[in-house]
Amino acid sequence: MNMAAPITRLRGETVTLAHGGGGRAMRDLIDEIFVAAFRPDAMEDQARLTHAALAKPGARLAFTTDSFVVTPLEFPGGDIGTLAVCGTVNDLAAGGAEPLWLSASFIIEEGMPFATLRRIVASMVREAAAAGVRIATGDTKVVERGSADGLFITTSGVGVIRAGRDLRAERIREGDVALVNGVLADHGATILAARGDLMVSTDIASDCRPLNGVMEAVLAAAPNARAARDATRGGLASALNEMAETAGVSVELDEAALPIRAEVKGVCEILGLDPLDLANEGALVVFVPTDEAESALAAMRAVPGGEDACAVGRAVTRGPVPVTMRTAFGGARIVDMLVGEQLPRIC
Amino acid sequence: MRYVEEFRDPAAAKGVLAAIARVADEIGATREKPLHIMEICGGHTHAIFRYGLDKLVHEGIEFIHGPGCPVCVLPMSRVDECVEIAERLGVIFCTFGDAMRVPGTRKSLLQAKAEGADIRMVYSPLDALELARRTPEREVVFFGLGFETTTPSTAFSIQAAAREGIANFSVFCNHITVPPPIKTLLDDPHMTLDGFVGPGHVSMVIGTHPYDFIAEDYGKPIVVAGFEPLDLLQSVLMVLEQIRDGRAEVENQYARVVPEHGNPISLAAIADVYETRPTFEWRGLGEIDASGLRIRPVYAGFDAEEKFGIGYVTARRVVEEPEGCACGAVMTGRMKPTECPHFGRGCTPDMPLGALMVSSEGACAAYWTYGGARAAQMEAAE
Amino acid sequence: MCLGIPGQIVAITDASRQMAMAEISGVRREVSVVPVAGADLNALIGAWVLIHVGFAMAVIDEAEAAETLEALRGLGEAQETLEAMAEGAKALEDAQ
Repeated sequence: MNMAAPITRLRGETVTLAHGGGGRAMRDLIDEIFVAAFRPDAMEDQARLTHAALAKPGARLAFTTDSFVVTPLEFPGGDIGTLAVCGTVNDLAAGGAEPLWLSASFIIEEGMPFATLRRIVASMVREAAAAGVRIATGDTKVVERGSADGLFITTSGVGVIRAGRDLRAERIREGDVALVNGVLADHGATILAARGDLMVSTDIASDCRPLNGVMEAVLAAAPNARAARDATRGGLASALNEMAETAGVSVELDEAALPIRAEVKGVCEILGLDPLDLANEGALVVFVPTDEAESALAAMRAVPGGEDACAVGRAVTRGPVPVTMRTAFGGARIVDMLVGEQLPRIC
Repeated sequence: MRYVEEFRDPAAAKGVLAAIARVADEIGATREKPLHIMEICGGHTHAIFRYGLDKLVHEGIEFIHGPGCPVCVLPMSRVDECVEIAERLGVIFCTFGDAMRVPGTRKSLLQAKAEGADIRMVYSPLDALELARRTPEREVVFFGLGFETTTPSTAFSIQAAAREGIANFSVFCNHITVPPPIKTLLDDPHMTLDGFVGPGHVSMVIGTHPYDFIAEDYGKPIVVAGFEPLDLLQSVLMVLEQIRDGRAEVENQYARVVPEHGNPISLAAIADVYETRPTFEWRGLGEIDASGLRIRPVYAGFDAEEKFGIGYVTARRVVEEPEGCACGAVMTGRMKPTECPHFGRGCTPDMPLGALMVSSEGACAAYWTYGGARAAQMEAAE
Repeated sequence: MCLGIPGQIVAITDASRQMAMAEISGVRREVSVVPVAGADLNALIGAWVLIHVGFAMAVIDEAEAAETLEALRGLGEAQETLEAMAEGAKALEDAQ
């Protein structure tokens, strides 16, 4: 169970169907790549867990699951393992839960190099440590070439919500301020560039990171924070539309206030995309009451991952459309939810 | 100078907007009796909504969104032919992203891809040519689409393929030209247009003279415009000044990019590779004489229509457009998107019925995404 | 139609095929400079071009751009003068 063990029982360089067969080869794969890295407490088929926070009166259990598919598997700023841990941690954190344990399930396409798998698993260990969660149980399956795109990972997460915490979009009121923890659309733009088929190159990297630290800071500074979302697929536009619809308010964004890197804008200009639709993996949008906005921003800026926090808009009386934006040019436009897949345009 | 931010300066907009309002008042334009100004190009439609220009200008100015979106005017029969080529064994079909969602009679390219056709999204025809170089055992077909701005790019790619002898590369040519449909619009007896904002990037290639007929034969002002918000506002002002002064001229607001006579190298490549088709079908507008281009016989080896025996080289198929679809009326400026009975009901960006809802720069999709149309409709429903 | 954006040519990458590297807000993409190529490709380095589907379609004319901006600025100043005049007229009216 030593990661640096010089002697390996794994034969060859890549995963084969034998590693999914249930026999010794599978045991070797699990031991050398997964168990060695995740170091579970015991080798039972279930994790047996206790936590003091759960025993407190009024505490609630939070439980979430998410599947991760991405091409390419490794990209500037992270890999599918980083995504799998941060995505589930952030889903828990955005709901006000303290993330505690994750499960991780791997569907591996035969031919996957052991080295790649080791790097991805190492990313998961690193991100889990950063977020303070344990990967407590897991599973692997190997499928024939063509049945999966390299590697799919599903993570489920369990966390605990302290008594008195109640983050829900329904609680957003007119006048509440929408905050984000940092720059937007880095992840989406990075993946578009990293895919290579559009042949653009940039220095941007995915913003993928755990946000539970940022979220705890916000909740400490703004005890009446209303609701938060991890603005992943569909970008800020989709997250805000969903929240506004649920809350029965409209949201007015201020284009001039949106933190978007010049390079990300560049990718969007070239491909005719809207940065508000691009995915984030480390962007949190939080609604707080006006009088707590300043302290929430200060608290975010003081923790890693929140340095570029800023206010981007506010909730207003429900209008005909959920989300509008004052353009930097002085006009106004609707910010709709992304329709289907975002396709680059030429015209 | 970076040629972008300078032309998006909100402070500079104030003066132009005030001047537009002044001239509109001098002309006597009102909300009830507005001036109809058509921006021909879909890129302009997109910019108008993206920056909210329609709400910033004087209320006596109404933008009519023209037929300048190549994806929107692509007829269903052509999409069907794309799918037919893409589904052939050994073909890699390369397309710009916007064309993926256009509905054919059977399916879109996106659906054909889901069903197993090898369809790749590319940014440039050069990327398709590169793919052909790297995969000599496959037939790489590029979906050539667009107006005069885009036509040179496929012409250069075909010339390069010919020069290098890349025999597994071909172009399914759907290039079209701007002037013929404008003439069709101007010949429409119901036409109510007062002036035009001309497509700057088309003129970057063909210059400003191809629009002379608009001013000389039809007496309408046209200003060739850039794509930043200040460009558009200044062009609108120039159109209004022509109307006020009783002038009808071709003016060039976008002189930093548009030379009077266009780009000689691009024009030569177009002339070398393409010839005018007798007629070409436009969605919503029908067959328009001399409005499309085809690949000259000397480059027949790079012509997907010839190579696969598809399209205009075969007997024409008649394809019915969706019933009640008012794209044609919207495109000719006779109807606003919101006046179409399908708008927002049977026809939305997720389930487009008509072409104008397909591309994000189609007049209806732009209205839906950015415009006040959806707001107005939701108010009406409440 | 025709999404085109300004970018700056930073290097010639393949002179025989007339390819160059263009930079657009920190994003790099190889483009063809065939439409704007003169006798000396290196003369393009540093030039701002209008890029469409991977081709530099036009060299942007800085003098013309400056002239357009000047005209726009003129409109702004004219507006300020008009507003000042209107205010002056109003002040006069109020005084009377």
